[in-house]
Amino acid sequence: MKFTPQDFKSDQEVKWCPGCGDHAVLASVQRALPEVSEALGYSHERYVFVSGIGCSSRFPYYMKTYGFHGIHGRAAAIATGIKVANPTLSVWEMTGDGDSLAIGGNHLIHAIRRNIDINIVLFNNRIYGLTKGQYSPTSKWGTVTKTSPFGTVEHPFIPGALVMGARGTFFARTLDVELQLTQDILVEAAKHDGTALVEVMQNCVIFNDKTHAEISDREVRADRTIVLRHGQPMIFGKNKDKGLILDGIRLKAVTIGQDGITADDILVHNAEEENHGIHMMLCEMQWPELPVALGVIRKVKDRTYDDMVRDQVLEIANNSSIRCMDDLLHSGSTWEIK
Amino acid sequence: MQHKVIDVQDVVIRFSGDSGDGMQLTGTLFADASALLGNEISTFPDFPAEIRAPQGTVAGVSGFQVHVGNCAVHTPGDYCDVLVAMNPAALKCNAKWAKPTATIIVDIDTFDAKSIAKAGFLTSDPFEELDIKKMNVVYAPITSLTRESLKDSGQDPKVILRSKNMFALGICFFMYNMPLNYTEEYFLKKFKKNPLLVDINKKVLKDGFNYAGNIQAIADTYFIQPPKHKKGIYRNINGNQATAWGLMAASEKSGRPLFCGSYPITPATAILEELAAHKELGIKTLQCEDEIAGICTSIGASYAGSLAVTSTSGPGFSLKSEALGLAVITELPLVVVNVQRSGPSTGIPTKTEQTDLNQALYGRNGECPIAIIASHSPSHCFDAAFYAAKHALEYMMPVILLSEGFLGNGSEPWLIPSMKDYPAINPPIIDTLPQDEPYFYPFKRDEKTLARRWALPGTPNLEHRIGGLEKNHKGAVSSDPLVHEQMVAERAEKIERLAQEIPLQKVIGEQDADVLIVSWGGTYGHMLSAIDQLHKENKSVSLAHFDYISPLPLNTSDIFGKFKKIIVCELNSGQFANYLRAKFPQYQFMQYNKVQGQPFIVAEIVEAVKNIL
Repeated sequence: MKFTPQDFKSDQEVKWCPGCGDHAVLASVQRALPEVSEALGYSHERYVFVSGIGCSSRFPYYMKTYGFHGIHGRAAAIATGIKVANPTLSVWEMTGDGDSLAIGGNHLIHAIRRNIDINIVLFNNRIYGLTKGQYSPTSKWGTVTKTSPFGTVEHPFIPGALVMGARGTFFARTLDVELQLTQDILVEAAKHDGTALVEVMQNCVIFNDKTHAEISDREVRADRTIVLRHGQPMIFGKNKDKGLILDGIRLKAVTIGQDGITADDILVHNAEEENHGIHMMLCEMQWPELPVALGVIRKVKDRTYDDMVRDQVLEIANNSSIRCMDDLLHSGSTWEIK
Repeated sequence: MQHKVIDVQDVVIRFSGDSGDGMQLTGTLFADASALLGNEISTFPDFPAEIRAPQGTVAGVSGFQVHVGNCAVHTPGDYCDVLVAMNPAALKCNAKWAKPTATIIVDIDTFDAKSIAKAGFLTSDPFEELDIKKMNVVYAPITSLTRESLKDSGQDPKVILRSKNMFALGICFFMYNMPLNYTEEYFLKKFKKNPLLVDINKKVLKDGFNYAGNIQAIADTYFIQPPKHKKGIYRNINGNQATAWGLMAASEKSGRPLFCGSYPITPATAILEELAAHKELGIKTLQCEDEIAGICTSIGASYAGSLAVTSTSGPGFSLKSEALGLAVITELPLVVVNVQRSGPSTGIPTKTEQTDLNQALYGRNGECPIAIIASHSPSHCFDAAFYAAKHALEYMMPVILLSEGFLGNGSEPWLIPSMKDYPAINPPIIDTLPQDEPYFYPFKRDEKTLARRWALPGTPNLEHRIGGLEKNHKGAVSSDPLVHEQMVAERAEKIERLAQEIPLQKVIGEQDADVLIVSWGGTYGHMLSAIDQLHKENKSVSLAHFDYISPLPLNTSDIFGKFKKIIVCELNSGQFANYLRAKFPQYQFMQYNKVQGQPFIVAEIVEAVKNIL
């Protein structure tokens, strides 16, 4: 199937604020879908975009695909129903940090636990934008907002850690400004069978501007983030001279050529390792101690929920003598009055 | 000793004991055996919310009442002819349900001082204290005789004691001259893998039966001549099973695969369990993480083209409210089954009530009307569920099916219907883009039903977006004041259009009597019995029992206009009565209400009606 990004653009006016990171994600998705269609042979009508409530949840209206704009927090549940009902659809959940980690936290972890084959794009701007600036479950400790005028006193969630905790099979992270990386990751997510969660660190220009700037600014990005690629050494930095090693049971950033460190000492990323120990540590890396991990951190094979539901139904139907309602009505204990 | 066998029309037996004593099973086995003989039955389980409440206390008493007869068995019966009480607490709880002429069978072995005190008796003589000494009390040493019966079985004493309910059942079978073979066959099936348990239960049942024949205490036995029923094949069915099967039948008739997202909750759980057990008919069930996910997965499945269902009870229904609004505004077919129980909040989870009507009618934000159908008997749950699904699919809207714990758990024999006698279901599925639309307009409506068309994801050229935001007919998000007002009106009008095709309301009795009794839902059997009774006494009374709550049948107002007095009887404080007052301010509605977590008693309805005659 040959499509262009234009084939996925709806006629609706995009109403996000100028400068919002969501525009970049929309562009990345619209660029990724032609590639997904080509790789997987998906026709245009197989895509369904589902969302909850929040700025990012307006996303389905801007896609010329099937779309369902749900209610706050419930996108994962709606998407689950769509996918189980029709496993041939390519189902995408577009959600924010409030939508999926606060009010919808329960549905998110259970979707991941079941490994239902949906792609979740989590726009993480660490703030409630649509309600005009209150702290979210990913706001950094001490964040001052309208509902935390003296700073928050609660720990933020790390979305990737939740994925690992729910025994997820796919987690990737990207920055809104990294359009090509985001596009590549979305294609990987689409190819993955199971719940693929993609965290996009996204900027809210109005209520939480520059929340990711300390790692995303062009001048410092290469030194403060690391793009992980399966089978490649964990090397980062403007000069590609920094890397990650295991120091005891912790990850440590080192410079190749210093303190006797050579390129061979650097860890090689294995996204397909079933044990999520290292993946969890990679998810939790925070600057300035360590670079923030981007790319596909975890991608392991497992059976998907929707496949298993379908297969169970088929298997039982094939082995049953009950073929229709009339059969069922007369099954079991009955008696005749003549 | 020669017993006299007396023919009777019907009998009500109440089995009661500790919640671990197996009273539900004992009652079910008596009911099943009676039904298989061709009798009419109606059952009523009355059990505590606790799975194993403290042994020997009143809180832990579990009861199962079964009404067997050859005609007019509309209810499980008000008062019982036989009360089986396996311990003092059961006697204390249930003695009030025994008719003055009743036979009371007690396991006298359990009436030691400690147990009597534990049951809350103030004296050492419970029989005196309950003033039942003059009644026919059979002081049967059930525990010790069961022990004796199985002393050579080599079984653990605990296993032996567990079968004492079969001894009690044997006594009842003797009293009503019933054969043991149906129950023995049940043992064979149930304990297929453990033949020893088959032998134990058969022996205890038989010994109970023989014991009853040998003692003087049971002077006469009874026989219920099975009635001449309509010819055909019958089965027993309970309300929750019938609900599940009705939905499955609608799935078959509509060609839409059945999806049920749900969360376990008393007394609705058995619907999910039943659907989960029938994957052979292509049903997908999802036990969700919570009630909200139950309805939201169903809404998703509906969007994707399934006949989507979610089952729940009051508290779960509350949790689903917001999503119900989503189903209304997206105009997706969905059946929400609420098997009502006593509220508010957790209330009395295992007890029946009709107290969620207001919630079904009004419990959502915005202008958000939903069609409501109520089941009126265990087997009627099948038809009610079938038509709830039919209307949801054909009108593209959610439909609330109100059942009740009394119906869900109650069972009755059912003349098995044939699917060819049920109508086709034609959801307005669209598969090609009409020539006059540049793109699919999701909220363009059918002129007759006002239903929008159902474009299933995966269909080429019909890509569209729907959601919780108000939209115009073309599917664009709109906050235009007039568009909103029009869409609100159209969604409400769609429910009113349904009235054109639902059956006209029936009146039982004269069309213009002195008094019209109005009722709805699970009180049907009691109302029928009450009206039978009143007619026998030549009272000028009729009954209108409503299955359709919203919309109401088209002739509703005409009916009300023909009666001098109208009395609305329901198991709440007057919710249907108030709904009718708002709809028909020109009529006066009197009320008879009960909010005790218990069904009506026929006699109290008869009394209430006589008071206004």
